[in-house]
Amino acid sequence: MHTEGNVLVQSPIYGVIAEFHDPDMLMSAAERAREAGYRRMDAYSPFPIHGLAETIGFEDARIPWLAFGGGIFGAVSGFMLLTWVSVIDYPWNVGGRPLLSWPQFIPITFECTILFAALTAFGSQFFLNGLPKPYDPIFNARNFDRASQDGFFLCIEAEDMKFDVEETQAFLRTLGADDVSPVER
Amino acid sequence: MATRPLTGGSGSGTTPPAAPPPLRNRLVPQNFIDGTHNYETITDIIGAVVLSPRPPMIWFIMVGLGFIGLNFMLLAITWLLLQGIGIWGNNIPVAWSWDIVNFVWWIGIGHAGTLISAILLLMRQQWRNSINRFAEAMTVFAVMCAGLYPLLHTGRPWVDYWLFPYPNILAMWPQFRSPLCWDVFAVTTYFTVSVLFWFLGLIPDIATLRDRSTSKFAKFAYGLAGLGWKGSAKHWFRYEQSYNILAGLSAPLVLSVHTIVSFDFAVGIVPGWHTTIFPPYFVAGAVFAGFAMVLTFGLPLRALYGLKDFITDKHIDWMAKITLATGLIVFYGYILEMFYGWYSGNVYEMGLVYHRLFGPYKWFYYALLFCNGVWPQFLWSPAIRRNMPFLWVTSIVIGIGMWLERFVIIPVSLTRDFLPSSWGSYSPTLWDWMLFLGTMGFFTFLLFLFVKFLPMINIFEMRDLHYRYTGGHGNGNGHNGNGNGHNGNGDHATDGEKVLTNQERSALPETRGGSA
Repeated sequence: MHTEGNVLVQSPIYGVIAEFHDPDMLMSAAERAREAGYRRMDAYSPFPIHGLAETIGFEDARIPWLAFGGGIFGAVSGFMLLTWVSVIDYPWNVGGRPLLSWPQFIPITFECTILFAALTAFGSQFFLNGLPKPYDPIFNARNFDRASQDGFFLCIEAEDMKFDVEETQAFLRTLGADDVSPVER
Repeated sequence: MATRPLTGGSGSGTTPPAAPPPLRNRLVPQNFIDGTHNYETITDIIGAVVLSPRPPMIWFIMVGLGFIGLNFMLLAITWLLLQGIGIWGNNIPVAWSWDIVNFVWWIGIGHAGTLISAILLLMRQQWRNSINRFAEAMTVFAVMCAGLYPLLHTGRPWVDYWLFPYPNILAMWPQFRSPLCWDVFAVTTYFTVSVLFWFLGLIPDIATLRDRSTSKFAKFAYGLAGLGWKGSAKHWFRYEQSYNILAGLSAPLVLSVHTIVSFDFAVGIVPGWHTTIFPPYFVAGAVFAGFAMVLTFGLPLRALYGLKDFITDKHIDWMAKITLATGLIVFYGYILEMFYGWYSGNVYEMGLVYHRLFGPYKWFYYALLFCNGVWPQFLWSPAIRRNMPFLWVTSIVIGIGMWLERFVIIPVSLTRDFLPSSWGSYSPTLWDWMLFLGTMGFFTFLLFLFVKFLPMINIFEMRDLHYRYTGGHGNGNGHNGNGNGHNGNGDHATDGEKVLTNQERSALPETRGGSA
């Protein structure tokens, strides 16, 4: 995932991967890998498994805040646009009615809020996930095309401080994996 | 066929219910997948619709018909651009007619998609997972059809960009206080958000197709569209955050869009338009028409592609119930419209009620009451909700009824102004017909292309459903069983040996639960 790290960057091995046939087994394997002291890992599954990201020690609350910020931006910019146009740039006296007729600005302000919040939520998901990314070393893993169908994978990455190709593989085998193999970069 | 309760656990596996629960007791959550399935068969059946080398003959026929319709649409648009909107039946006083009728009709159809995908998601109605993808596609295509009409109705579509507040040297701005301008913002936002939502939902399934397809071109195309999705837990985490936020944003959005559409009328002072019931009544009508359209296309597709295990009779039943419920709201709207006419104490408002009931367009009004008020009452009967051909006919009747509703509201109201000297009449021309049928063709064409090239049922959410209700293999501990899951398999004697294939493993408890 992240390339910054320590001395193991040169290794041709991206990590070792274990395949499970069952999400519950993947979950307990991730838990035990975490207990064993591994930190740099990722799990791959064909559908979202709730709690799995937290189990591998992943937390990120940025998207909701970013979307909230996008919504605020949309609301403010939408309202400011209408106000600026109607009051400053193109004031138009219609029978003495107020120029800043804010209730009539609400629908467009609302739509702008939604639009910018949605664009932010959508865009930040891709940006933070680093997508699109046509090549990823994980695609070299054996059987990895099952990860989008019925395979459940746990990959301990070579950047982990505790990582050792042989030892980590041996460890993963103790977790009841169907298959354990190294992943080349 | 066994219906598994949510909290059944392994207990339900060992003692299967003797008989399916009676219809009235079906308030407990149930499995929304019929038959015996595992992750592989779910992926297989839904993916096969896309990946099978030759689609069924009926697919070619429908795409062909749609393509013919599309060409009629292009012809109608071309002639319109050359001649101006004088080729339509629009006149003064009926300046808004089929173009606006069809705009409102199409955009209403789109609303069911958003309702199913966003509002039912927020309410944790998991039965939505089988139908949301298809309904979202309908939303996107219906909004495309809808958007065409007002754009063409401007008369000079080549300067439609004037609708947007862009920096210009014309010393002009759009009239931001007009509901018509609100419409521009509402519909473009709605279209954008619908496309984002749809595409975001598609990404993991496109990745599945990438990994399953055998042809080089398909692998490349799906690889490109899938953006390198790898199913990482970290990605799923952010994905779900983003998806839920989009759902949360779409829910108020869809309500706002049809509210604003109704403002196009309700803000005007034309008799029959100037009522406060319009926003909720329009939104309910949109959902009503939309669910009917989902049934119109969903029922044949379900039969054609053998998807009855995923779009079960229960789904159909519930969709029919929502149709009935929204239909009753709409019917209430019709009653209130008459009430308002009387209660306003206004001679023009009351005049419009008489005009609708006894005027030259009275048959349209009676047909509307029949299609939307009387016929949907059949849906009270469970037997009719299970009778697919009848239900399909009902969905068509509702589609026609909702079109008539907009016809009665828009041109029929406009033929009666405040002064008898400005009364008029309206009839459509050949070009009105051609454009309307053309957009239907366009819609059909896009929808069937979608069915062929993208998974019409959300595959990953079906896997998730399968997991939630069976634990992937009949273990009902589901996703809560973090540490428990591994050990929880102990009650399957074969599980510890790890010699069975995934498929056999998944099938095991299913058959045990189902055969007894």
